[in-house]
Amino acid sequence: MLSYALRTLTRMAITFFVIVTVVFFATRLSGNAVDFVVGDGITSEDRELLISYYELDRPLFTQYLAFLKSFTDGQFGLSFIERRPVSDIVLERIWPSAQLLLAAMTLTLLVSIPLGIVAAIWRDSWIGSAVMMVAFLGYAVPNFVLAVLMMLIFSYWLNWLPVVGNGTALHFIMPTIAMAGVLIAALTRFTRNAMLDVLGQDFMRTARAKGLSEGHVIIKHGLRNAGITILSVIGLQVAGIAAAGSVVIEAIFSWPGIGDLLVSAAVRRDYPVLQFGVLTVALAVIVINALVDLAYAWADPRLRHTVKGGN
Amino acid sequence: MTHSIAVPATSLPATAYRLWRGADPIRKVAILIGVMLVVLAIFAPLIAPFDPNAQSLISRLRPPLGFERAKEGYLLGTDELGRDVLSRSLHGLQLTLMLAGLGATLGLLFGGTLGLLAGVVGGRTEATVMAAVDTQIAVPFTLVALFLLAILGSSIEVIVLVLGLAGWEQYARIVRGEVRRLMNMPFIEAARAAGAGPLRIARHHLLPNIVSPLVVQFTLSLSNIVLLESTLSFLGLGVQPPTATLGAMVGIGRDYMPSAPWIVVAPAMMILFITFAVQILGDWLRDGADVKLRAR
Repeated sequence: MLSYALRTLTRMAITFFVIVTVVFFATRLSGNAVDFVVGDGITSEDRELLISYYELDRPLFTQYLAFLKSFTDGQFGLSFIERRPVSDIVLERIWPSAQLLLAAMTLTLLVSIPLGIVAAIWRDSWIGSAVMMVAFLGYAVPNFVLAVLMMLIFSYWLNWLPVVGNGTALHFIMPTIAMAGVLIAALTRFTRNAMLDVLGQDFMRTARAKGLSEGHVIIKHGLRNAGITILSVIGLQVAGIAAAGSVVIEAIFSWPGIGDLLVSAAVRRDYPVLQFGVLTVALAVIVINALVDLAYAWADPRLRHTVKGGN
Repeated sequence: MTHSIAVPATSLPATAYRLWRGADPIRKVAILIGVMLVVLAIFAPLIAPFDPNAQSLISRLRPPLGFERAKEGYLLGTDELGRDVLSRSLHGLQLTLMLAGLGATLGLLFGGTLGLLAGVVGGRTEATVMAAVDTQIAVPFTLVALFLLAILGSSIEVIVLVLGLAGWEQYARIVRGEVRRLMNMPFIEAARAAGAGPLRIARHHLLPNIVSPLVVQFTLSLSNIVLLESTLSFLGLGVQPPTATLGAMVGIGRDYMPSAPWIVVAPAMMILFITFAVQILGDWLRDGADVKLRAR
């Protein structure tokens, strides 16, 4: 287990390092950041001054080393627009994002796991087909279309829910549903397939033959084994979908999280914020993936022994 | 003369007819919607009653025909600048489908080539390609897209490039996996023994055998790319105004939703139709290509 954890950690570190490097060079590739921000209305002396202030005139590799050094001393520079440290700007956005993400994940699990089980047990009746049809079509509904239609109906026509912002419990409802929509559709399908694989196994028949109740068999023997597969899917797919979803959903509902920050930084070309924000989210996704990976290995001893050296 | 192995001997129309006969009602509807959307997109300039960018300030925010204050000739109403919503939706559909097709093709070429290279050459090349694939999987692509568009600007070329990068890692993974599986097959060894070089093996023996998983992946990624393009346009980072794309129409129309919901509804429905049709067709293709599923 320890060596498996170490391998996961190493892979995590390498991935993050690659991303940091790509982000750095991609930003510099686009030409001089100063020109984007101040535009044409600037004398060439002032332009030189700004360039030397941001140390953009030094060799690329020196800049790269300085960028790497910022990870050890925690100085990531100032926002072009807000003139505050980017780390402050990004970090204060984490909590609202995390809240929304947790709400959406909770809703997803509460809805999709029971639905997936139902669809697997009654897979040959209309119930199973209906659940799968809804999940299938739900997967094709873009989250922003869902969000906009909900706003139209529940905020403008029925006047039940606040349009944008956060603060009260009511503010959570639409963003949570809009974000969970695709996740629910995806996870319901995975849960069903994982359950189907398990339902036909010998140990299920054994459990029934022992005289256990059907509910006990399905939950204790079925779901527990299917859970391993479901867990890996959550790690592989859900973290990515959720990160992408929060960008869109937060921007639509003016939710003060990282996603909303990234979109406005991209539109305003606030590179320092964008750079730090992208790295923060990437790191979060990598860490979540690694945690799921470890949980997966912990739950399934076969994995940590067989995976060695292979792929 | 080429000697390919895996190409079936039936003609394209015959295959299409056979597929249509075997399709269940939902799939038939999906096919009809898909064909209709493509036809509408291709002939958009002929069908659209107005210039999509022609403004008319005296007929701003008119509702669709049949509602009060509707204006003659504007079937789906007008937007905040008095432009015809139907014409803009049709042109938007054309641009959205074109960008998605270009993007998906680019991704197929880029990812497929890298996967082929990794599978055929192996060694350090393979390790590098697969490391890049793993890194790409670890980073949500929406982030990459935001980042690239912010740096390089939202010109059409950059957007096609960004859409082309989306999903390349899936192609690379699939092709590399299939190639590695096929490389151990006797017929590859036979080809090699007959003196075929790596290029010839790749073209005549490997590619024909990996076409079907690639077709499936292409269809699935098409709907993802439509979604990505719409999302980016919606956020204001895609094709810039006044050019109409479906996502941008929803994004801008959002501000007028309380008083003029029709601006949003038409393009939003079109996006839904595209993704539904593509998803259903992609799923069908996958069922057909996956022997394991067919046996179930």
